[in-house]
Amino acid sequence: MSETEMLQVMDAPGKGKGKAPAGLKGDDLKAMFRAMFRTRLLDQRGMNLQRQGRIGFYVPSFGQEASQIGAGYAMQDQDILFPSYRVISIALLRNVDLNVIFNQAWGNAKDLCKGRQMPNHYAIPDIGWQSISSPIGTQISHAVGAARAAQIRGEDKISWAWFGDGGTSSNDFHAGMNFAGVWKSPCIFMCENNHWAISVPQEMQTASQSFAAKAVAYGMPGIRVDGNDVLAVYEACREARERAANGGGPTLIETVTFRMGPHSSSDDPSKYQAQELFEHWQEKDPIDRFRAWLKGKRLWTQKWEDELKEEMLAEIAAAVEAAESTPAPDVETLFDDVWAEVPPMLVEQREALLDQIRRSGDIEDTGGAFPL
Amino acid sequence: MPKITMLQALNDALHLAMERDDDVVMLGEDIGKKGGVFGTTAGLHEKYGDMRVMDTPLSECGIIGTAVGMAVYGLRPVPEIQFQDFIFPGFDQIVSEMAKMRYRSGGHFTCPMVVRTPSGGGIRGGHYHSQSGEAYFAHTPGLRVVMPSTPREAKGLMLSAIFCDDPVIFLEPKALYRHGKEEVEDGFFTIDMDKARIARDGKDVTVVSWGAMVPICMDAANEAAEKGIDVEIIDMRSMLPWDAETVLESVRKTGRCIAVQEAPRTCSFASEIAATVAEKAVDSLEAPVGRVSGFDTPFPYTLEHVYKPDKKRVINAIEYVANWQ
Repeated sequence: MSETEMLQVMDAPGKGKGKAPAGLKGDDLKAMFRAMFRTRLLDQRGMNLQRQGRIGFYVPSFGQEASQIGAGYAMQDQDILFPSYRVISIALLRNVDLNVIFNQAWGNAKDLCKGRQMPNHYAIPDIGWQSISSPIGTQISHAVGAARAAQIRGEDKISWAWFGDGGTSSNDFHAGMNFAGVWKSPCIFMCENNHWAISVPQEMQTASQSFAAKAVAYGMPGIRVDGNDVLAVYEACREARERAANGGGPTLIETVTFRMGPHSSSDDPSKYQAQELFEHWQEKDPIDRFRAWLKGKRLWTQKWEDELKEEMLAEIAAAVEAAESTPAPDVETLFDDVWAEVPPMLVEQREALLDQIRRSGDIEDTGGAFPL
Repeated sequence: MPKITMLQALNDALHLAMERDDDVVMLGEDIGKKGGVFGTTAGLHEKYGDMRVMDTPLSECGIIGTAVGMAVYGLRPVPEIQFQDFIFPGFDQIVSEMAKMRYRSGGHFTCPMVVRTPSGGGIRGGHYHSQSGEAYFAHTPGLRVVMPSTPREAKGLMLSAIFCDDPVIFLEPKALYRHGKEEVEDGFFTIDMDKARIARDGKDVTVVSWGAMVPICMDAANEAAEKGIDVEIIDMRSMLPWDAETVLESVRKTGRCIAVQEAPRTCSFASEIAATVAEKAVDSLEAPVGRVSGFDTPFPYTLEHVYKPDKKRVINAIEYVANWQ
């Protein structure tokens, strides 16, 4: 394959041609569609909630559902996830309760992260989902360290790092890839090339022919795959996981896809993105493409999709209502989890604050809106 | 004179600097077509093109490191780091290279550059879009660390910083970007970074602050005045080097002093002020020097309003030192 070719399974735009990867039965294919479809509905609701001023921020993954679910389906339950802030689809695939997601969006008292981080910066220990950072790429070296730790303990766990085309410019991409190559780490690097790092296009991110090509210099395979073809992504990831589990070391996978929404609820792509480019990719919408393919295989009906939609919207509505009516974390929780124990210097600060509140009342929340 | 926001004042300063000197160049993430995530660099790319206004790959290390190279070559680069919280991949370039270039080369090479970066809270950005990291930089000899508190201050200090021959960390208090307008002169002018500003005259308590805490201190001072406490407010402008004399002179008059900052307390710039006042004005002190600060915790999301010092916390501290017997 040349540097710019990419793996495909489904014919684009998808009429049922192309064989499903070995091992995937009809139920598997339907489960993949279900997760992609539910992700789209979740993101639409998340963006609406932000527009209504009910949550402060949201990061959608419009257009990247295949790129994410294809990989998610190749993971094993014991694997360790080092996500970016744009891969909530994998939590849905792993049946994470929507309350976990919406409590985090509100940063309320039931939020697993105790209201410490902005929306979309989840930490979900039950599924091995590590805590998300806003700084770009920092999780890449963590994933390599965790993969090394699994090697040290002799455990069959594969580490998955998620990042975008922008992330490949970070210090941690280079450090992480280099270490992983040297250590032959059981680690998979998922580079979602969605063409944009906020307003900076991929061609200004690298002069390389592809992002996958960067693997060569670190001594590992680099695979470029059609990121809107969920089956091709699955197949590439399944192979990479098998290689890693058998001591074959890490793989860099570039999924070529497109960010069909804004960078976040604060971004307006019309300032820097040609409308024609968006329209070009809209025709390749990964959900439409997979739907057409499934329909060709007689695995999709409108009735089924309508049921999925109704079920998901009801689940979302219930979780939103529950999250919105849950109060904020107590003020004293601000001082927890900085260290294993609250040290005396911080106890003093906490008591001074509580004393002030007792004497002069609650602290006014004057708000502030996130602009990015 | 037109009334403008701090964002407009900074944008005006950047336009003026680029117009004045072809050696002034800008680089950063999303500063080109998008004009910066806050709009601070709006219109520059359109006017000066790709060679002088550069959208870069996503690497703070690369942005600052290449700017150091441009600076030793002789340009006056003005790199932008999108949020001060993202600066740390470039910290090595700042601390080990940019700050030490003049000293280690015996004065033969310098870094006349300004690292612009939005700092502080106020936008519900959680800890990665809200921190006040001035103390990290103020601990680094060779740097200048500047933070303006009003639109006029922002413009004058920015123009001073760009045409200064030292490297400057220019912290833009993002909470003030669109917080009110001020009359600002048209055209080029500078404000002396080395001289702190008396933002309010008073005789009872000295309040030392900078950046986004200054307007909060001003509100607190107005309320304290109703209670008969006459507060003097010093806007530091620069934290390294810093104008200790203006602070000491005020404390010698008032005998009482608090330092107000958004940053965590321990090893902060407020601590430096307290130490210096204790060291050099102890004979004038009639009360302990107070510090109002963020807590020694990371910057939170939901409880941001609890974390950040507000008017009430500042008034409590003013009253505490004012009533000290």
